[in-house]
Amino acid sequence: MKRKKPLIIILLVILTIAFLALLQALLMPKFQTQLLEGGLIADYYQEQNKDHDVIFIGDCEVYEDFSPITLWEQYGITSYIRGSAQQLIWHSYYILEDTLRYETPDVVVFNILSMKYDEPQNEAYNRMALDAMPLSGTKLRAIKASMTEGEEWLSYIFPLLRYHSRWHELSAEDFEFLFRRNPVSHNGYLMRVDVKPVTSIPTPRPLPDYQFSDICYEYLDKITDLCRTNDVRLILIKAPSIYPYWYDQWDQQMVDYAARNDLLYINTLQHLEEIGIDYDTDTYDAGLHMNLSGAEKMSVYFGRILAEEYGLADRRGDDLLAARWNEKAAAYYRQQADQYLELETYGYLRAFRYQSD
Amino acid sequence: MLFTSYSFILFLAVLFVLYYLVPRKIQWLLLLAANFVFYAFSGWDNLAFMLITILSIWLIGRHIGRLHQARDQYLAEHKADLNREQRKAYREAVKSRQLRWLLLALFINLGILAVLKYTNFVIANINTIRGWFAAGELSFVSLALPMGISFYIFQSVGYMIDVYRGKYPPEDNILRLALFVSFFPQLVQGPISRFDDLSQTLFQEHSFDGRTVTYGLQRILWGFFKKLVIADRILVGVNTIIRDPEHYTGIYVLVGMLFYAIQLYADFTGGIDITIGIAQTLGIKVKENFDRPYFSKSIAEFWRRWHITMGTWFRDYVFYPLSISRPMLKLAKKSRTRFGDAVGKRVTVYLSTLIVWFTTGLWHGASWNFIVWGLLNGVVIILSQELNPFYNWFHNRFSVRSSFFFRFFQITRTLLLMSSLRILDCYRDVGISFRQFFSIFTTWNIRELVGGQLLNIGLSVADYLVLAFGVALMILVSLRQRRGSLRDALQERPAPLRYALTIAAVIVVLVVGAYGIGYDSTQFIYNQF
Repeated sequence: MKRKKPLIIILLVILTIAFLALLQALLMPKFQTQLLEGGLIADYYQEQNKDHDVIFIGDCEVYEDFSPITLWEQYGITSYIRGSAQQLIWHSYYILEDTLRYETPDVVVFNILSMKYDEPQNEAYNRMALDAMPLSGTKLRAIKASMTEGEEWLSYIFPLLRYHSRWHELSAEDFEFLFRRNPVSHNGYLMRVDVKPVTSIPTPRPLPDYQFSDICYEYLDKITDLCRTNDVRLILIKAPSIYPYWYDQWDQQMVDYAARNDLLYINTLQHLEEIGIDYDTDTYDAGLHMNLSGAEKMSVYFGRILAEEYGLADRRGDDLLAARWNEKAAAYYRQQADQYLELETYGYLRAFRYQSD
Repeated sequence: MLFTSYSFILFLAVLFVLYYLVPRKIQWLLLLAANFVFYAFSGWDNLAFMLITILSIWLIGRHIGRLHQARDQYLAEHKADLNREQRKAYREAVKSRQLRWLLLALFINLGILAVLKYTNFVIANINTIRGWFAAGELSFVSLALPMGISFYIFQSVGYMIDVYRGKYPPEDNILRLALFVSFFPQLVQGPISRFDDLSQTLFQEHSFDGRTVTYGLQRILWGFFKKLVIADRILVGVNTIIRDPEHYTGIYVLVGMLFYAIQLYADFTGGIDITIGIAQTLGIKVKENFDRPYFSKSIAEFWRRWHITMGTWFRDYVFYPLSISRPMLKLAKKSRTRFGDAVGKRVTVYLSTLIVWFTTGLWHGASWNFIVWGLLNGVVIILSQELNPFYNWFHNRFSVRSSFFFRFFQITRTLLLMSSLRILDCYRDVGISFRQFFSIFTTWNIRELVGGQLLNIGLSVADYLVLAFGVALMILVSLRQRRGSLRDALQERPAPLRYALTIAAVIVVLVVGAYGIGYDSTQFIYNQF
């Protein structure tokens, strides 16, 4: 009996840990049928073949404004969007650092809207950016940089401490996706086919100070250095969103920064005609984000730059790769058809109902 | 560092491991270092006040002790030379010198407490008076009250008075005395320990004892359950009601009173459970501070079972000395002559009672609501004393004393009475408190409760279910404790069952506890005193 005692103790401890892990998995939000953007970061770690020519990093201005499927179909460029809702610049930096642990792309595209935020904004967005990231030094540093007041770093390591209060909100989704999850995106692209045209152009409010803060420049420098160190070419972009307003003074700072660091900076707001953006048909929320039509136009435009100016090869001749991407494209078109059907049936997209109300 | 914070749990885990790893001889020194680390988290300047207390009671305590020794030695050496009167006179002379030193220690320590805690209260009252004469207002001073100062100063004052009384010799080792004053689990909200009690185990060497540590951990877990699952959950409802007194009147005040009774009990006893549990894991025995107080059948009994160490502190260091002080004895004599024995002997007792309750109220907070609360407690106790003949008549006439329903009535009455007095603690304003209390009888809005309005005070159906479960569990545990220790009973069960129950309790606290983002997990209520 005495010999068995340590074994029993070990067994009990293992059982306890397993039960706590199960409980944690149950209580964590699944982002499978609602708030899909919460599942974007997790999608990447589920991706089997992490070998992309291009990695996009940034907020909704990347994960809703570019379609990797279009880039593949039009140019044979493989890409992944590592975007998340209101991804701040330090999130972007650490997400890029983490991505480089898995792969080294030729080009990284960073959307610079987050230069306007110089402090953590909202715990929910921190969670969407960081919860799914596997534990590593990068993740720990990312947590430290991102926490808003009142947050505890330990709850990022053991999310049970954060999501415990969901015990009385558990739904069928939590049980259904306890041991599995479906990707919510197409290589990081969150599809929306609905249309809400722009009806008014906002008048910009003058700001007391247009200078981006030091902390944002610090992280932008880090992104630039990280790309250089890893021999990755960095492109800065500004998506064609009407809101939030992109001031000329901000734009000039980015132009200067790009010039100083020998980077390409594209403000797509200045190339609307060339891209073919039509704000009557290409946005689902009156100018904040592109819908499928807008994202595909953006991808066609940007793919040409990547192919012609950056010399990214057309890899459609690689049969194995083509087979994989054809599968992805099939899923992409299936969802497209499903969404059109939903629009016809309900008049809105069910997964985004909370945003349409 | 909050007891319920991750940093505190980490601090505790590191201390616990080190405590049983270091040589046993230096365990108490490690504990002393831990105390200062813990206290430094509340601010380095707070440490300065604590060091003044430690230094002053060490120096003065030793001096008083030396006077005791010198007196005893002198009396022993001159036993044959001195007659009884001379010995008495000598003792009186020494005592008078000791008293001066004691007063100095009290002046320093109670002075620190008074200045830090009551300066702005005094200024506010002066401003009120100046306002009557249209004089200008004095500015308030910015003084932060160091954490636990009321507790460690009361502990230190108790130590000084005991040394003065010769109850035990002063502690020569300043580090040991520092450990007694600064013992970190007690700094948050007591209990107010006595040196002769705590020192029995505080300075001892402790080997790891599985059962003691398990008992300690179980007690901590129970404390966390009460604090996180019950107190911090019901807090939302209490705050909603008391922060909007214009809207929440009538039946809501009654609900708020009862909810606050639950919150305060779960919060305070939960905190003390954690304190005693921490001490127990380190092999140290801290006095119990509660004895199932909500089963009390009178206010006087309630105060013997609630915050016991504070009650006995006031009894031993304020009530008794005051009752036998020269002015009180004079007053007793005069009262007897004037009103007769029956009334006369009660005058000084009641006056002392009121003074004790005035100071108890003042100790709880520097504001009139606490003073009125304290005095009302005193008044209720005096009234129940005065009603004793009626109670005796009643019980002689009707033999209901042992009936379940009568005991239940007494317990309910005491709970309602105590909760009514605590309204002053809730609203923190004497006028609003009385207005709200009377609204229970003047605003008839009981129907609103039936209409589901209780779901609009920040508590959901799930919260009410958890609270009902939690309160039922607290009552069951209290009832079970009458038959002896629950942990002893648990210890007799098979180990896997014990383990499963403990893990289940951990999971309940982890999952159902009201902590983290979305909850306003707060410091313990008694921490502010």
